[in-house]
Amino acid sequence: MTDKTAITLTINGKDHKVSVEPRRTLADAIREDCGQTGTHIGCEHGVCGACTVIVDDAPVRSCLMFAVQAEGKKIRTVEGLADGDKLHPMQQAFMDNHGLQCGFCTPGFLMLAVGVLEREPDISDEALIDVLSSNLCRCTGYQNIIKSVRAAAAEMRK
Amino acid sequence: MAEPKPKTFIGRSVPRLEDRPLLTGQGRFAADVNFPGQWTMRVVRSPIAHGRLRNVDASAALAMDGVHAVWTFADIAHIPPIPFRLTGLKALEPYQQRVMASDFVRYVGEPVAVVFADNAYVAEDAADVIELDIEPLPPVMNATDAPGPFDAVQSTEPDVLRKGYGDVDAAFEAAHAVVALELSVGRHSGVPLETRGAIGFYNEALNRLEMHGAAKVPHWNRDTMGRMLGRTRDNFHLFEGHVGGGFGIRGEIYPEDVIVCAAALHFKKPIKWIEDRREHLISANHSRQQTHRIRAAIDADGRILAIDDEFFHDNGAYMRTHAATVPDLAAAMLPGPYRVPAYRATAHIRLTNKTPCGTYRAPGRYESTFVRERLLDAIAAKVGVDKAEIRKRNLLPKSAMPYALGLETLGTHIVYDSGDYGLLLDKALDRAGWPQLQKDIARRRTNGEQVGAGVAMFVEKSGLGPFDDVRIEVKSGGTIELVTGAASVGQGIETAMAQICAETLGVDYTTVNVIHGQTDRISRGLGAFASRVTVMTGEATKRASTKLRQHILKLAAELMQAEPTQLDIVDGDIVRTGGTPGPSMKLADLAAARPGELIAEDTFESTHMVYPYGVHVAAVRVDAETGGVAIEKYVMAYDVGKAVNPMLVEGQIAGGLAQGIGGALFEEFLYDENGEPLSVTFADYLMPTAHEVPESSILITEDAPSPLNSLGLKGAGEGGTNPVGAVIASAIDDALQMPGAIVTLPVTPQRLRAICKKK
Repeated sequence: MTDKTAITLTINGKDHKVSVEPRRTLADAIREDCGQTGTHIGCEHGVCGACTVIVDDAPVRSCLMFAVQAEGKKIRTVEGLADGDKLHPMQQAFMDNHGLQCGFCTPGFLMLAVGVLEREPDISDEALIDVLSSNLCRCTGYQNIIKSVRAAAAEMRK
Repeated sequence: MAEPKPKTFIGRSVPRLEDRPLLTGQGRFAADVNFPGQWTMRVVRSPIAHGRLRNVDASAALAMDGVHAVWTFADIAHIPPIPFRLTGLKALEPYQQRVMASDFVRYVGEPVAVVFADNAYVAEDAADVIELDIEPLPPVMNATDAPGPFDAVQSTEPDVLRKGYGDVDAAFEAAHAVVALELSVGRHSGVPLETRGAIGFYNEALNRLEMHGAAKVPHWNRDTMGRMLGRTRDNFHLFEGHVGGGFGIRGEIYPEDVIVCAAALHFKKPIKWIEDRREHLISANHSRQQTHRIRAAIDADGRILAIDDEFFHDNGAYMRTHAATVPDLAAAMLPGPYRVPAYRATAHIRLTNKTPCGTYRAPGRYESTFVRERLLDAIAAKVGVDKAEIRKRNLLPKSAMPYALGLETLGTHIVYDSGDYGLLLDKALDRAGWPQLQKDIARRRTNGEQVGAGVAMFVEKSGLGPFDDVRIEVKSGGTIELVTGAASVGQGIETAMAQICAETLGVDYTTVNVIHGQTDRISRGLGAFASRVTVMTGEATKRASTKLRQHILKLAAELMQAEPTQLDIVDGDIVRTGGTPGPSMKLADLAAARPGELIAEDTFESTHMVYPYGVHVAAVRVDAETGGVAIEKYVMAYDVGKAVNPMLVEGQIAGGLAQGIGGALFEEFLYDENGEPLSVTFADYLMPTAHEVPESSILITEDAPSPLNSLGLKGAGEGGTNPVGAVIASAIDDALQMPGAIVTLPVTPQRLRAICKKK
């Protein structure tokens, strides 16, 4: 259980060589071993979605995945969304539409929404709300998050 | 050349200054704070609701690699119980919580030991092998039962609060009719998405103790924990980073904060504690749970002659920092926007073997608005008039303002400072299309649909004093630094304060850097609670900005060889007004010429709160088969006096609604008969998702600016939450065509199906 394994995690295109116990969650490895603290941990049982990252083009809950399972996969976190000073359309839309308050759930919502829209750019409104209901936010009441994601979807389709 | 126009920022929905770091993963929340060589703390919690703690055996844990120490009560016995911050009645003091259990455990989740280890994984492993010898005792689970023993000396009813005015008994004797109800609100809490956390760091070289992860009331916590630990303002500081939601519960002094600081000092090691979600749901403050028995004396037209309310407040196992705040507010704010000629409230403060309680957004008011508005609906049914009409008959008129209610709370006399309640009711009903809504509902009912509408009104309180200080300085380079003792829990105070400062001073709001929650930057401060910041810190910001502006113009006048009255500050430039010839000067250049001198500080003091008010209208569809409730329409009208940033005000209201819906339909901390908590994950404690929260229509009005501050501000943080339980209950009653059917919140599918079966 406590024997460590050497693995390489590829986060936002950069390799991180780390040594982790088999039981170490991907979320903890991203935050503690790779120093990327933009991914947040809200419940550790896969309900709130604050820890959502994109692994090989699919949004996943990094608290429900072991770090060793992510070796060799492409991991994307919130730190990799912006292009230098230029925000990703999803980030810009959240700012323009007041889609965040405390900001704790925000990285999870950003990665969830980006991951889904990259796969399904023309997702219907109904399906979009279905997807967004998989993450929890306690500040905004969701309407501005939905507005933000719709605005970003329009921008990303351009 | 035309003179440049000063820019306005107050009242504009400008983008938030807070957003960029939060959107790019650069936030610094408690769990993101690390110090080299830190130890992780894990709390061992009682698995028993009530019992005699006979022994804690940590030998196996201490033998594990990476485990440094285990503390039990004996190690912290010198630390006094956590004192009260608000409404601290003397009779409640024996019920304060020690930071660890000594001889008895009183709720599942109570700290009995802590482990210090290399990291969180090892600490959890070690905590698992600590053996607790606890002799179970029968738990007290109902606050409405007859009071029993809390311990050898104290009772489970530490005190009874009484508030009132007028001759209630005479009014009941003379009444045309009496309406009586028994109503209950469930146990819920704020449940921010970020769990609690605290990092203690002792800088031995400077003899300075630091706690990171502070929130809400850093200065009070610094002073109070300092007294508990023998530290002073000079050698103990608290630091607020980003805060992942507050809602009343985060940032109060909890046992873990004190232990982290004591351990950092003792071991001379950085100590990090981050709570997990199960811990949060059983050990952070709960709130709301009350049962009310309320009666109204009315005349033949349904006008209220008197209200008599007796209620039982389930505070859980201890009295924490809020002491009697929640029952006090419930009793004091119950009369709401109506004329109540005689009033009596009797609040039984009760202890049970559940998680201790504190405040949660609209504390006491979510509860008493539910009770009062249910009463208004019952009066309407009794006299056979429409729900809107019964409210109109009882509302306080605009001419009654300012209105002294004759009650006190939070150390202030309640005086409604301004308001036109009838006007707002009309506006809300108009926004909701009330007559058409009624027609649509009637038509759909003939098709067999169970649809209905409700309306609820309320008065909120905000802007609690007694003071706030703000210091503003133009730094070299021309940026503005605003330092306040307020705190941010994610609501956007940096932006709002920057807007007030920028407009008053004559700069762009993006050049204002707002520093908050740092006890080493300003000597005193009251933090963020009771919807106080925009009002108190906002007015202090206005005053300090005005002072700084005058000071700048005076200094600039000397250098620019002009009179201060001939100068203005526009977008960061000091310019000549009225066509006076001559060059202008950049604020940055003046700051460079007079380094450290462009600074001003001011204070706003207030002994009265300010009272926003609102109306919610809801329409729902009930599915009798599943017990599900779909919210089809939701309108919120709220008068905040003056909205500094309407987008942020709407954000507060929309977010508050989601929490209100949670309490109305889904969220509840349940226990079994042995006191075992049943709501310990997000799969049991159901918070609304994007599916359950409807699109809402928000109407912000500024019809009644507060006369108590120069901008007319009132707080906006709690009006989205306050009446949600009340209005949803009213709408469900209407959908079922069963007046008074809803007597308990939340209206879970199980409860609603049981009601439908009775039909």
